[in-house]
Amino acid sequence: MKPLLQVERLSIQFGGLKAVENVSFDIWPNEVFSLIGPNGAGKTTIFNMISGLYQPTSGFVTFEGEKITALPPYEIARLGIARTFQNIELFEHATVLQNLLVGRHCHRHTNWLQDLLFTPATRRAELQFRRTVEEVIEFLDLQHYRDQMVAGLPYGVRKVVELGRALAMRPKLLLLDEPSSGLNVEETEEMGFWIEDIKHDLGITVLMVEHDMGLVSHVSDRVLALNQGEMLALGTSAEVQSHPDVVEAYLGGADEDQPASTGAAA
Amino acid sequence: MRFLFKTNYHQDVRLFKHGGQIFWYAALAVLLLAMPWLMPEYYVSQLVFIWIYAIVSVGLMILVGFTGQVSIGHAAFLAMGAYTEGYLQQLGWPFALSLTFAALVSGITGIIVGLPALRVKGMYLAIATLAFGFIVEEGVTRADGITGGNSGMMLGSLDVFGIAIDSEQRMYYLCLIILVLCVVGVMNLLRSPTGRAFVAIRDSEVSAQSMGINLAYYKTTAFALSAAITGIAGALYAHKLRYISPEQFTFLQSIELLIILVVGGVGTIYGAIFGAAFWIGVQQLIVIAKDWLPPAIGQQTGLQPTIFGIILIAFILFEPMGLYGRWLKIRTYFQLFPFYRKGMFRRQKSYMKSERMK
Amino acid sequence: MLQFLQLLASGIAQGCIYGLLALGFVLIYKATEAINFAQGDLMMLGGFVGLGTSVAMGMPFWIAFLATLIVMFLFGMLMERTVLRPLLGHPSFTVVMVTIGVGFLSRGMVTMIPFWGTETHVLPVPYRDQIVRLGGQGNEGGLVLPTEHLVIIGITVMLILSLYLLFKHTKIGIAMKATSQNQLAAFYMGIPVRRINMMVWGLSAAVSACAGLLLAPITFVHANMGFVGLKAFPAAVIGGFGSIPGALVGGLIIGVVEMFAGFYLPEGFKDIAAYVVVLIMLAVKPTGLFGENLRKRV
Repeated sequence: MKPLLQVERLSIQFGGLKAVENVSFDIWPNEVFSLIGPNGAGKTTIFNMISGLYQPTSGFVTFEGEKITALPPYEIARLGIARTFQNIELFEHATVLQNLLVGRHCHRHTNWLQDLLFTPATRRAELQFRRTVEEVIEFLDLQHYRDQMVAGLPYGVRKVVELGRALAMRPKLLLLDEPSSGLNVEETEEMGFWIEDIKHDLGITVLMVEHDMGLVSHVSDRVLALNQGEMLALGTSAEVQSHPDVVEAYLGGADEDQPASTGAAA
Repeated sequence: MRFLFKTNYHQDVRLFKHGGQIFWYAALAVLLLAMPWLMPEYYVSQLVFIWIYAIVSVGLMILVGFTGQVSIGHAAFLAMGAYTEGYLQQLGWPFALSLTFAALVSGITGIIVGLPALRVKGMYLAIATLAFGFIVEEGVTRADGITGGNSGMMLGSLDVFGIAIDSEQRMYYLCLIILVLCVVGVMNLLRSPTGRAFVAIRDSEVSAQSMGINLAYYKTTAFALSAAITGIAGALYAHKLRYISPEQFTFLQSIELLIILVVGGVGTIYGAIFGAAFWIGVQQLIVIAKDWLPPAIGQQTGLQPTIFGIILIAFILFEPMGLYGRWLKIRTYFQLFPFYRKGMFRRQKSYMKSERMK
Repeated sequence: MLQFLQLLASGIAQGCIYGLLALGFVLIYKATEAINFAQGDLMMLGGFVGLGTSVAMGMPFWIAFLATLIVMFLFGMLMERTVLRPLLGHPSFTVVMVTIGVGFLSRGMVTMIPFWGTETHVLPVPYRDQIVRLGGQGNEGGLVLPTEHLVIIGITVMLILSLYLLFKHTKIGIAMKATSQNQLAAFYMGIPVRRINMMVWGLSAAVSACAGLLLAPITFVHANMGFVGLKAFPAAVIGGFGSIPGALVGGLIIGVVEMFAGFYLPEGFKDIAAYVVVLIMLAVKPTGLFGENLRKRV
């Protein structure tokens, strides 16, 4: 079995600042892979390089055997990589349904002229899109908000819509940027269950950036810890969370309060 | 209060959402069709102007309201459409063909003007469109072999598929039909992937890209469509006035088009039409008011810009959602009566955080 | 050669005017990210206020100059307070349109001033019709530099230096820079953001008024003077938005290119020279000469 995504010696420099340096990892199909690390470690930057918003100064990203490093973001999306954003980037002046429908954009085959005339082909495509999107709405329990403008929705719901929009793309790889930030304990638990369902029921591979160690331990198959753009440790959740370098850089020193999982292991 | 129960996807996709809408629009259609017989010719003539400006506004709305791209040189497309139509008519082309060509020429100009949009945004794009506006205006003046330069161009009488358009009533119906076709076309766009892509680009370019939307392609399409529709309006404008000259397509005209959009309400097709109606209406009111006011105020050349300025500022400060927004609030008030709450349409206050420093 | 220098000198002088307007424009943009389309009309108002103080009220020219600057400073503050402050947080398109509204209003109201508004007036400057001659013999030949142009260049230089010192060394200048970068943080730091914004607008209006008074001897004072100001926008873009030295450089480039285009190129090119240059600049270096690279962080 070949890895779904391969990141090789990825580096990026902004002026004199080396934001990411020599990061390499593989992601296998159907696993949940987490990136952890303090703020400024380069996690979102790696996301931005994978999804094509930034161009790395060196290194490659390979998806399903093809090099995608130089492709523009919309091409990468069409290949099957979807992402969410840390500070929600929803379409504020559209309804939840319309936001989700944009997720189907990669799968359209009508051109602007057919749309202008609203040919039967366009109509059929529209109905099909709505069927697919309805499945996502059901999966995430968004029925209540379907026709509401995003601009007025509470934060927790917007996070879910952001996830829904990425899911509507029916991607092969889903990049989640801090899915639980801003959510309370209940909502975070729900998010954890959804990520599990995404993995088991939808068969989508997940790469996520996360700070909530509980969530990370709960859903991740493997974890990569980063600090200041460099790799610290790669392994299962327990291995990484007890790794001395990671503990020192991110999780806290030996005589400070330990997160529950490492406390239980010790 | 009306509750809409959606039972199938067709309901979502249809243009008319429910029976009530169909009824009101049908009534409106009957009224509009009957207008030329109910009103004196002068007012029918003004309505023709409203239809023409409405077409322009719908075109501009695609670009500014739906795709979020700035354009302060839109009069250039009006000019391209008008002059192409005039020139082709001189060559003897039939109207249907010359109109299509006018749209095509404007559309291509739109693609050219839209090229900067692929690299720059916001203010930079605004200045680029401004620059194009001036260049086209100057170009039209200099190319006096084709356009007649500063002395302008006269147009012959209009003939559509053999029917002579020689009265205001006939012009009224012609422009109304074309307006309806344009509006339906744009509404089709909005309920299809292309329109959603436009709105996505307006609201968040970054996530639009990440959803698979090719920014360059859609921005170019938006410019092209917007310019083409404006070009069609330009052709009609040329026939309405029978005479065109570069002075009608200046920077001030571009600004007036934007004012129409703001006054009508940015972001909806209704806004475009309301705005056009209001604009022509206000100018008529000023003409009437001039007879009533004392000569010291009434005869001033400065009266029009002053009133336009006051209207624009007043709308932005007190009704940023424009006329359509106000209409929406009134209608919601009656629909929800007595449950309407004052803060329903309030926008969230936000502080400016410079995006430049990131 | 002489012709070349002559054109260059005129171009620099004209360019200073564009530069001053672009400068006023960039000041506002840096502070409030607002685009002020009324910049040219502020210049026109400055011209008329100058006219009022020097002709109608009979003040000596340089006193009238100062008085105009003060009056326009107050007007700029008033403009910010009445029409711009309510729009804090609105999208920039809305702010642009409101400034366009103010421009219309200014033009209209000035035109409505009885007897005065619709006419073209001459501003009585002490150095009118004087020239400085470099080289040549006696009263013939050599490089002819109208004193008006020299005054424009001189005052522009003085103004740029004062502004540079203002932003670098005074508390108010630093406060203005802070507000322009992050309003909310500036609020928290105790900076009176609203007052600072008012002052920035006042400053910008005063700079435009200065440009108007300097331009008056060349174009005379009339209600449509502000249209010259449209070329300030390409100037600001060429120099790079958000850059004060850039605004001036952009203005100078446009001024000089215009002069040369008017002389060497066929008719009509002079009017569009500025716009052709800005399109070339946007194609080659979209952020302008000194502009910053805008990138949204996600």
